[in-house]
This record gives sequence, C-alpha cells and structure tokens, in this order.
Amino acid sequence: MATTTLNPAAPAYRSSLYEWLTTTDHKKIGIMYLINSILFFIAGGILALVVRVELSQPGLQIVNEAFYNQAFTMHASFMLFLFVIPILAGFGNYVVPLHLGAPDMAFPRINALSFWLLPLGGALMASGFLATGGAAASGWTEYPPLSGSKFSGAGTDLWIMGLTLIGTSSILGAINFLVTIFKMRAPGMTLFRMPILVWTVLVTSVLILMATPVLTSALIMLFIDRNYGGHFFDPANGGNAVLYQNVFWFYSHPAVYIMILPAMGIISEILPVFSRKPLFGYKAFVFATVAIGALGFSVWAHHMFTTGAVFLPFFSLMTFLIAVPTGVKMFNWIATLWRGQLTFKTPLLYATGFLTMFLIGGINGAFSAAVPVDFAIHDTYWVVAHIHYVLFGGSVFAVFGGIYYWFPKMTGRMLDETLGKVQFVLMFIGFNMTFFPMHQLGLMGMPRRIADYAASAGWSELNLVATIGGFVIAASMLPFLWNVLVSLRSGEIAGDDPWEGNTLEWATSSPPPPYNFDSLPEIRSERPVFDARHGQPAGHTDQTGH
Amino acid sequence: MTADATALTTPAEHAAPAADAHATHQSGGIGNPVLGMLLFIASEVMFFAGLFAAYFSIRAGYTEVLNGVATHVWPPAAYKGLLNPFELVTPSGALNLILPATIILILSSATCQMGVWAIQRDDRRGLTRAFAITLVMGIVFLLLQAFDYTVLMHEGLSIGATTFGTTYFTLTGFHGAHVFGGVLMLGVVLYRGMAGQFSAKHHDMVEAASLYWHFVDVVWVLLFSILYLL
Repeated sequence: MATTTLNPAAPAYRSSLYEWLTTTDHKKIGIMYLINSILFFIAGGILALVVRVELSQPGLQIVNEAFYNQAFTMHASFMLFLFVIPILAGFGNYVVPLHLGAPDMAFPRINALSFWLLPLGGALMASGFLATGGAAASGWTEYPPLSGSKFSGAGTDLWIMGLTLIGTSSILGAINFLVTIFKMRAPGMTLFRMPILVWTVLVTSVLILMATPVLTSALIMLFIDRNYGGHFFDPANGGNAVLYQNVFWFYSHPAVYIMILPAMGIISEILPVFSRKPLFGYKAFVFATVAIGALGFSVWAHHMFTTGAVFLPFFSLMTFLIAVPTGVKMFNWIATLWRGQLTFKTPLLYATGFLTMFLIGGINGAFSAAVPVDFAIHDTYWVVAHIHYVLFGGSVFAVFGGIYYWFPKMTGRMLDETLGKVQFVLMFIGFNMTFFPMHQLGLMGMPRRIADYAASAGWSELNLVATIGGFVIAASMLPFLWNVLVSLRSGEIAGDDPWEGNTLEWATSSPPPPYNFDSLPEIRSERPVFDARHGQPAGHTDQTGH
Repeated sequence: MTADATALTTPAEHAAPAADAHATHQSGGIGNPVLGMLLFIASEVMFFAGLFAAYFSIRAGYTEVLNGVATHVWPPAAYKGLLNPFELVTPSGALNLILPATIILILSSATCQMGVWAIQRDDRRGLTRAFAITLVMGIVFLLLQAFDYTVLMHEGLSIGATTFGTTYFTLTGFHGAHVFGGVLMLGVVLYRGMAGQFSAKHHDMVEAASLYWHFVDVVWVLLFSILYLL
C-alpha cells in the first residue's frame, strides 16, 4: 500500500474500533455510510416481506391492520431516508474527493457529524416500534389529519424527530460536498473535466440544500400541531390540510431526483469503463443533469392532482418536460455502449439492468403525468410499480453496480464474479416478478396501503406472483452478503486499477492511503488515468470529434 | 503513471488536516468556512421560506364573522391593539417592548460588522470589543422577546389561540432559536478572539459568524414587517 507523507502514525494503543468511531477520513466515513445503509436496507426489506406475505392472499394472515400500516410506513421510511439517500451520499463521500484529486472533504469533522446523525435518526425513527401505539403508520408521506395527534401516537413524534435529524445530516453533507467540489479540486481539474458522478453529486447537493430545509419546516409544523396545540393543518380552526401536502412535496419531489441523480452518476462512471469508450456527450449529460435539477422544483403538485387544489395544466406540462433531459441521458448511455468493446463484468450487468428498468419506470411515470390518467390511477398499485421501477430498478441496481465497481478500491480485493452474476440474475428476475404485476393490479383498481382485499376482486394470482418475487429478491441478497464476507478475507487481490478505469481514484493504491494521493497524473481531460495509461496527456477535451 | 506527475501539497500544509484542510487548496477567492456559511444560510432561507409560505397561505384564508359577514381580517380583531409596535404600553397596561428589541437587533448587526472591519485592519481589540457589544445586544434581544412572550400570553395570545397565534409563535420562536444559535457562535468567536486566534489574514470564522448574524437580523426585519406592520 502506498503511503502519503501526510499519513501521521496512528498511536498504537488505539483499537481499530476506536479509529473507526472517531475517524474524519472521508473514505472510512463513506464505508460506514454504506454499511449503515445496507443494514437499513435489510430492515426495510424484512418489513416489505411482511407486507408481501400479508397480501399474498385475501384475508388477514400474519399481522393485523394496525401493524400492517406500520410495516409499509416504516418500509418506505427506511428505504428512502435511511437507505437510498444515505447510500448515495456514502458513494459520494468515498468517491468525490478521490475523483477531484483532493485529500479529503472540505470539512472532515462536519462530515463525521453528518454520518453519525444517521444511525441516531434511524434509531429514533425505529424506536417507534417500542412506543405505545407502535411506529408511525400514516404512510411515509404522513399526511394530516391521519398523522395528527387524534389518530396517531408517539411513534409519529419519534418519526418526525428522527427524520429531522436525517434531514440535518443531508443538509450538512450537501454543504460539505458543494464546498469540496468548488474549492478542493486538484490543479487542472476544471469543472468540465470533473467526472460525471461529481456533477450529479453537485446538482443533488443543490437540491438537498434547497429542498430538505422545507421538509424540516413541514415536519416542525406537524410537530407543533401534534404537541403544542397548533392549527397549521387543522381546517376546523382556520388551518389548511393541503398546505402540508404542498410543503411536503416541495421537498419530496426534488427528493426523488436526490435519490436518482447520483445513481445516474454511478452508471455514467461504469458504462464508459466497461465499454472502453468515453461517455458520449459529456456536456449534454451535464446540462441534462442541471435541467432535471431545475425542473424538479416545478413539478411537486403532480402528486396532488386529485386534491383539486392545484393548477393542473402547469404541473402536468412541467412533469412531461422532465422527460426531455432524462431522454437525453438515456441516449447518452445507449450511445456510450454502441460499438463499445463490452466486457460483461458484474458492474456492467447492473448498469444495463438500470438502463432497462429505469426506462420502464420513466415511461410508466410519463403516463402518470397526464392528468386524466393520473385521476384514474392515483393511489393505486400502478404508482407503487412506478416508484419501484425508478427507485429499485433505477437507484438500487446502480447502488449494487457501484458496490461491485468500487469494492476493489475500498478493500483491495475483488468481489467474486460468479456470485455477483448469480445475485444479479436473481435480483433482476425477482424484481420484475414483484413489481411488473403491480402495473396490472393498479389498472384493475387495487388501491395501495390496504392489508386485505376481496377474494372476488381477481387480484389474488398477481399478488401471489408478486410475493414470490419478493422472496426471490430477498434470496438474491444471500449471495451478495456471502460474497462480501468471503471476498474481504480471501478475494482476488485487486491492484491499483483492476478495471482500467478513467478517473483519479484508480491512480492511487487500493485501498487508498489517508489523504489519498502521493502524486497525481496530469489532468488534461475528464479521463486523466486513461490519458496517463496511454501516454496521451493531451487527449481530447470535448466529445464532438476525436 | 506518467513521469510528469505533479506533487500535490507539502506535508506542512496538512499538519492539522481536520481543522485546516480549507487552507491547502485553491488559494485565493472565498474561504471554505465563508462559502460553507453562505450555503448554510441558503438552506436556512429555504427553512424560513417554508414557514413563511405556511404563514401567508393561512393568512390569506383567514376570515372572521364581523357584523354577520365573514370578512378577511389580519391580525385577528382581538389582537389588533396588542400588536401595535409604536404603542409602548398595551391596552391592559403592560409594556410592549418589541420596537426597542427590533432596534437593538438591527444595531447589533452594525456592531458585528464593525468587528469584522476591525480584524481586517488587524485590530484585535476592536474585534473583541465589537463582538462583546454584539453578544450583549443579542442576549438583550432574547430577554426582551421572552418578556414580550409573557405579556402576549398574559393577554390571551397563545400558540393554540387561532392560527395567528400558531404562526406568530412558530415564526418568532424559530427566529429566537436562531438568535440563540448566533449568540453561541458570537461567544465562540469572542473567546477565540480574546485568545488572539484571529488576524487580518486569518479570520474566516469571524466573517462566517457575522454573515450568520446579518442573516438572523434580516429574517427579523421581514418577520417584524409581516407580523407588526403589514
């Protein structure tokens, strides 16, 4: 392992556990983000299985309605706030300083604070299961009046407090990323030579900075209504219940881009490496990312079409417009693969899984943007199918692609390819078995957030298929966990650059030393390591001709 | 790796990486702590934007039955006399000190800025003097606001009394919490200033703290305008 001259000798009396608990190294913090997120992914997955088993046939089988409500609420809360968002922040933490040629994040101690707020917030949220009346149960959106003090207990207060801490963690992380990106780039690393992942983290951080505080304000108003006799969302006393939805979705729609943009960044790092081509249309991709971020603030009310309290044509039009920059990216990715020398290693499999599944999620989302269609499918399983195709088919596939791609850098050892492919095939099949039938169920009128349905409704077979698919997804996690455990001890030694990568993390050792680099290759394009490997430091800087 | 690899930074620059990582890269331009504070203030603007949006939405929909007709009035008729900032005595004879509190907070922004200008001239005594005065003014504002709360509650305006009470106490309460945070920040700057840790070249934290204090001041000017004047 290379050492930087900056590496201060660690005092011998400190245990490695102490090192991890007190570290301000962005790489260790990034890895802790990943581990914490995977743990909540497993917890959320178990809750999803509870939901799926309950729905596998008509009638109430294993839980009562009250616990069912807690299960789907906490499933979504864990997956969105404690898995997808933090795990992408974890990749950002690990990779962004390496990509920029920086020794660490701009504020390493604030970085540690951002991380440690997460398990704390998650524990607060999860502790609702121990409270009287159980955990939060009004759905992850927690609309009043259902989330008001009249209908829900202390679990909701714990949920609010936990989510406020998680949001604070996000905001501090976003500030850290932005200052790092603007101020810590190595000499030669201009904005338009930054890897695409860094661009997506930049736009995501702006979204977090502008949207997450608004969620905090919504949560605080809800808390005041619940505990101090406030009337923000209480129509009986001059309040406005739809106000909550407006403030909530002003955060939560940009939040879906917070959950997908860094995943798109991961894909855009993987595809060029395994196609042995530069990313097609670098600048178009950057501008499309910025456009998605900007448009993301003008579409929130498409979640509220059926309230009758929003201006439908505007929000419908803006929602359709988002398909344009997203389509640009789709063609960026396809053109990157086109005539590339594809090597189907596990990261590329996940990237192609992302492309195909996210495409379905994008298309079924565009249908929902049409007002008359939305009125028909609002709050049906169609919406559940859509969210899972973009967030599971999209983000989760990208997350696993990223794990297989960067695991060698993080640990110095390769993950096993065969187990990786087994996991991918199981997950791909299980995912489609679970979520594709939900389109049909939605069109047949099955509402979401119900524990039971009539046997005569004709929904039983598709629900059973979906439940079996859910267990296939769960099974796909076993080869993954086994793979990680075995490879950590006895995986093939990776070397500095096992994939022949393009970006700066491959120019240092695996794992990188504290403060990352002894020296950097000259940065003359967005592929400095490629340039160094092939002795063409003057390599092309634009995509239009080479 | 090519032969023309460029050395990154010298070891000395990384002597205290956790605290001073910002000092090593990209010399010139805005300092990392100042940029970080500006971004943090941007997030705070959005937090207050959420609360303000709720306030205006509720205010626009508020009606009271006056002479048998549902009429839009704001603030509610019951609190009209109570909330005139230019009357230093409320109808029931208690002191109404919100205007003096406002003036004190606005002036404290000026004293805070004088501290920043002082350290830019390398005048450490000037910095500590100005920040000490600012700190005292911030505490006085908080005490006056606490006093004002007791008066208002005594007069029957509470967080549960109409949506006006809910929005009033939420907005001013969170502003007060931010003033409290600012006072803590001023205290840290003052402590470090008295220990001689700032100079004309190294005073990013002073600037960051003053930016935050100005922000808190601007929020109060907006709050005072919408709650008492408009």
